[in-house]
Amino acid sequence: MLQILMGALSLGLLWAIITIGVYITYRILAIADLTVEGSIVMGAAIAAFTITRGFNPFFAIFLAFLGGLGAGLITGLLHTRLKIPSLLAGILTMIALYSINLRIMGRANISLLRVDTAYTVFENLGMNHMSAVVVLGVIFVGGLTGILYWFFGTEIGCAIRATGDNPQMARAQGINTNTTIILGLMISNGLVATGGALIAQSQSFADVQMGIGSIVIGLASVIIGEVLFGKRNFYVRLLSLAMGAVTYRVIIAIVLRLGMPANDLKLFTAITVAVALSLPVFRSYLVPLKKSFKRGE
Amino acid sequence: MLDVKKVTKIFNHRTVNEKVALHNVSLKLEKGEFVTLIGGNGSGKSTLLNCIAGVYPVDKGSIIIDGKDVTNLNEYKRAVVLGRVFQDPVMGTAANMWIEENMALALRRGQRRGLSWGITNKEREHYKELLKTLGLGLENRLSTKVGMLSGGQRQALTLLMATIKKPKLLLLDEHAAALDPKTAQKVLRLSDRIIKENNLTTLMVTHNMRDAIRHGDRLIMMYEGQIVLEISGKEKQKLTVEDLLVRFGAVSGEEFAEDSTLLS
Repeated sequence: MLQILMGALSLGLLWAIITIGVYITYRILAIADLTVEGSIVMGAAIAAFTITRGFNPFFAIFLAFLGGLGAGLITGLLHTRLKIPSLLAGILTMIALYSINLRIMGRANISLLRVDTAYTVFENLGMNHMSAVVVLGVIFVGGLTGILYWFFGTEIGCAIRATGDNPQMARAQGINTNTTIILGLMISNGLVATGGALIAQSQSFADVQMGIGSIVIGLASVIIGEVLFGKRNFYVRLLSLAMGAVTYRVIIAIVLRLGMPANDLKLFTAITVAVALSLPVFRSYLVPLKKSFKRGE
Repeated sequence: MLDVKKVTKIFNHRTVNEKVALHNVSLKLEKGEFVTLIGGNGSGKSTLLNCIAGVYPVDKGSIIIDGKDVTNLNEYKRAVVLGRVFQDPVMGTAANMWIEENMALALRRGQRRGLSWGITNKEREHYKELLKTLGLGLENRLSTKVGMLSGGQRQALTLLMATIKKPKLLLLDEHAAALDPKTAQKVLRLSDRIIKENNLTTLMVTHNMRDAIRHGDRLIMMYEGQIVLEISGKEKQKLTVEDLLVRFGAVSGEEFAEDSTLLS
């Protein structure tokens, strides 16, 4: 059981990076950005391609981050300059990335079994693979949480938050909302690609299909984090994202352990997210019902 | 300060729904002048304001603010010289951000936004002073989300934010219309005070005749996309709602058909 929890923790920490990315678009910019499904694979593909050609794994992660920035830029330009609805803009980039990722990798998957990855540094210190993933995951998630906490407190960060909150007001305050939307999408997808690069190295392969459903997993993690750990202030919210991502993995590990077929995982996740997103609707039905019960009707 | 030259705005051009919202409208505001703009639904008063603010591009004519032709400038670029308060109290502020964060966004209007802190301790004192003048107790709630405030409080805050940088032109778009009558009068009195203290050039749209008469130095009435009436100086001071209705009937050939303007 401890082994299972450890696995959930390590995977959850890596997915926390993707969750932070999804949070930036979904909650801060109020855009459901499907680019994620492509940029996570792009990060994995870039990392796998460069590492197998002898690049330093950390430099490979940096290149993956840059690739993600590019993916976000494309979606941002499609949405703001060409006025394509954000959902569709994300889908277009996602589909385009499928071909681009195949081109990067040259085939449908690349193995990373016999090469040094970012985790090798820690494994050489005597840790097993899972502990190495946890340590590096904590470093990345902690560092990114700190950086983002700072960034969204800066002038430009506040401008991005205002854009997602009320674009009309943002423009009236002299904020170029096209620029802030593009910037938000770039940062988000940069983080997602970074997560993709780390996941590929931890599972020792990159696969062109590995992004399927990632947006839903990201959303599930965001919502679980909010429900369980609250949203009192921005710092708590950022930390809740990591907790949400880990909790999601623990839940998945448990239901698999209880005998749910792995093939039903995506269905399970989709239902979870649908239920979580519709909670406010259920609540609005339930509250009047409760009141009428109390009045004894 | 503001010079609107022969502006025409047509919505849904060349379709069955074509609507000429503004027809050759010219309007000049001198520095420090406070003009009220009145008209019924569809008269073009809000369209004119939105054209000045850059929300809609104009089809013909030009708009000059403080000697600078802004006709082709984006909304966010014009914001540098403009202060705006909207009809809907929700429109002018970011609901999920704190009071102080909203004010900090307004204070940086027209500045390059970089990686320095979005809000500094020195500013906070300034905001407290400003909020104190509202007399709403908001000075002790700097880190309250704006979404928690009432409509009147939000409009008062928006007004502060719109004037925090001393705009060349203040645009008030029926900013008291969505409030209850008592709060509306409070917000209008507050607007009067801020405009006078800072000697702000102001264009205030309203559909309430009494407010249009009571406030401002000059009253302009629009009808079907054109300015049909201008009253200023002594004549405006003596003006009553009844006078205005008669004069409106004379220029438009119909009755001013909006009960709300008479009742409120």
